[in-house]
Amino acid sequence: MPGPAPDQRMRPSGRRNSQGIRIDPEAEATHEPRLAVLSALVKHEPGVLSEVSGLFSRRQFNIESLTVGPTKGDGTARMTIVIEEPEPGVQQAKKQLKKLIPVIEVEELESAAMRRELALIKVAGEKPDDVQAVAQMYGGDAVDASKNAVTVEVTGSKQKIDAAVEAFEQFEILEVVRTGAAALERGSKTMDNGAATMESDN
Amino acid sequence: MSERASIPRQDEAADTDETEQRGIDEITTGSQSVIAALEQAGVEHAFGVQGGAIMPVYDALYDSSIDHITMAHEQGAAHAADAYGIVTGDPGLAMATSGPGATNLVTGLADAAMDSDPMIALTGQVATDFVGNDAFQEVDTTGITMPVTKENYFSDDSDTVGDDVSEAFALAEKGRQGPTLVDLPKDITKGPTTEWPEKPETPETHQEPVEADEVIVEAAAEALQEAEKPAILAGGGVIKSEASDELRHFAREYDIPVITTMPGLGSFPETDDLAVGMAGMHGTGAANMAITNTDCLLGVGTRFDDRLTGGVETFAPDADIIHAEIDPAEISKNIEADYPLIGDAERVLEQLDDAMTSAPDADEWREQCQTWKDEYPLAYDMPDDEPLKPQYVVETFDELADDDTIVTTGVGQHQMWACQFWTYEYPRTWVSSNGLGTMGYGVPSAIGAKLGAPDTEVVCFDGDGSFLMTVQELSVAVRENLDITYVVLNNEAVGMVRQWQDGFYEGRRMASEYPWIPEFDKLAEAFGARGFRLEDPDEVEDTIKAAREYDGPAVIDAIIDPAENVYPMVPSGGDNGLFALNEDHLGMI
Repeated sequence: MPGPAPDQRMRPSGRRNSQGIRIDPEAEATHEPRLAVLSALVKHEPGVLSEVSGLFSRRQFNIESLTVGPTKGDGTARMTIVIEEPEPGVQQAKKQLKKLIPVIEVEELESAAMRRELALIKVAGEKPDDVQAVAQMYGGDAVDASKNAVTVEVTGSKQKIDAAVEAFEQFEILEVVRTGAAALERGSKTMDNGAATMESDN
Repeated sequence: MSERASIPRQDEAADTDETEQRGIDEITTGSQSVIAALEQAGVEHAFGVQGGAIMPVYDALYDSSIDHITMAHEQGAAHAADAYGIVTGDPGLAMATSGPGATNLVTGLADAAMDSDPMIALTGQVATDFVGNDAFQEVDTTGITMPVTKENYFSDDSDTVGDDVSEAFALAEKGRQGPTLVDLPKDITKGPTTEWPEKPETPETHQEPVEADEVIVEAAAEALQEAEKPAILAGGGVIKSEASDELRHFAREYDIPVITTMPGLGSFPETDDLAVGMAGMHGTGAANMAITNTDCLLGVGTRFDDRLTGGVETFAPDADIIHAEIDPAEISKNIEADYPLIGDAERVLEQLDDAMTSAPDADEWREQCQTWKDEYPLAYDMPDDEPLKPQYVVETFDELADDDTIVTTGVGQHQMWACQFWTYEYPRTWVSSNGLGTMGYGVPSAIGAKLGAPDTEVVCFDGDGSFLMTVQELSVAVRENLDITYVVLNNEAVGMVRQWQDGFYEGRRMASEYPWIPEFDKLAEAFGARGFRLEDPDEVEDTIKAAREYDGPAVIDAIIDPAENVYPMVPSGGDNGLFALNEDHLGMI
């Protein structure tokens, strides 16, 4: 005597969303993607960049930029990773990063954190003075000039660089190269003294 | 209590008296340092295949106390090492040469990674001068295995190569277990050194949480004792952290029904009144009803895999989730945890036990669970005569065998019948490819399991498709004279695929049927094993007895009803509470 068929069984009343979160009918929360700046202190050793980029690609985290460079000369490097993910994805990215053995610490920077990227923009060289003038408007400078081309360097937030690139379009841009963001928390807080511990995060 | 949660293993006691004098006693090369690191870590068995770039390491093995089992194929070495790790709890060791040797290990590494099985792989590599030049048998092993290992190492210094091996061993074993790999260039292993390896220790950055946050523990305990429909979901982590005793104690103390995941089979005795069975795609009706209707689910050592949850929208939708888990990244990955308890399963259960002040008031719920168990027993139609039913074969073997018998499997329908119709009482008795679903896991895993637990009976239920993938490893079972009983539930098809084609692809059986399959009993005899052919239901018991009595590997080619399918079934992404008991139900959900 088999028990009730599927349509005659006891049913629960609740439901979860596709992220496995129980849905409260009063306050349904669907997480929209947001930008998050993750800063990771890692061991400066071969393969780290590949481990981190491999992790992000195989778990389908949406990377906007990733920069890496050595730090104080103690064998560590700092990575700044800008991702665009819904809240659970941001948390998951932090936790997966922390699992990698060469990763020493991970934190998400506050939105007020200082973020800088650098762009080198090579434009046609007909009007070098005008190019220099525009560069200065963006706090940049011409760093190389030849008969046919001028290269300027601009540093700043992503928005500022976007605007600068747009402004240089009047000169016929030959090439643009950008670094992606490097970011640090404002004030005296550092990763060594103020890093959030992952263990207490949900 | 006289019950024991863990099976005592012989190898621990065996070689204390007559200590063999073999072993590395002097180090002059990197290879000797590698082997010394393994000996120091307590490694007793290695599973591997020789080859050019790994030869220096094998040369050092010549003097070692480690017993090396030459496998027929590196994939077999990886699965054997994986099974050895499951059965013993210590990392199993797989060895292979560079290039194809290394790539052949990849499936086994991925399998171990998915199931968090402790395992260490050593691969040969071309000399460092040649690396990057596409040399003979060169492959980017660390690059290829990065996503399927916990961590891997490219050793570039003879003085520290032993340290790399020590660290890799420790990493495989500690925290959330998993596979690690050390790539060993030939010049590094041949190179001179007198350095003894460091003791196995994990790097500081490795997360090894033990105790969960006390505040969350208190809150979770309160939620659990106030629940009206509490349930425990016991996963593979319970077994990995040796928390089975604590789980038994906890469940009985507070009278909470226990559901298991597939890797969690054996973490809680299925004969216990509180056991409602395995949940998920082919879980029991009772377990799927309980997990769907519970109002407070304590998941221990589980990652809420999709084969368990079905569609997450309908997974335990009324339940507060208490998630006890060693890996912080598993918290709220698939199912949001209301009470995340990051720590070792055993310790977290103790903490919860300390924090509980009363048992939940759940008489009605327990009665309901019992009703479900009565309403939805695992059942099959047993004809008076042929055809032979696979479930009957598994059930009969289970009745004849001891409770501590180790079951290994391939992947497919036979694997599900082995889940459903065998009664798991003890941890480390279920050895299977749970997460990766690797067909071919069966034959070599039985070899690894037998060497890990030489005095425990080992039976491998396999399918004809799975068996054909790694059948060459029978040669190893014969050579080592391992007393393993292989039961091939032979339906001349990749049965699970065929079942899906019949259920979801309008019966269009593309590439799922295996006519012209070899006669496995004869194949077994050709390997030097004992072969049996089983077709008559009346001969099941006698055939199993004869195969078990044979001292060495025996293969029963059991020709089963090709029409038999696996039920209950929750279709992929479906609602666990709407499991189908038969094909008609599939149309209703």
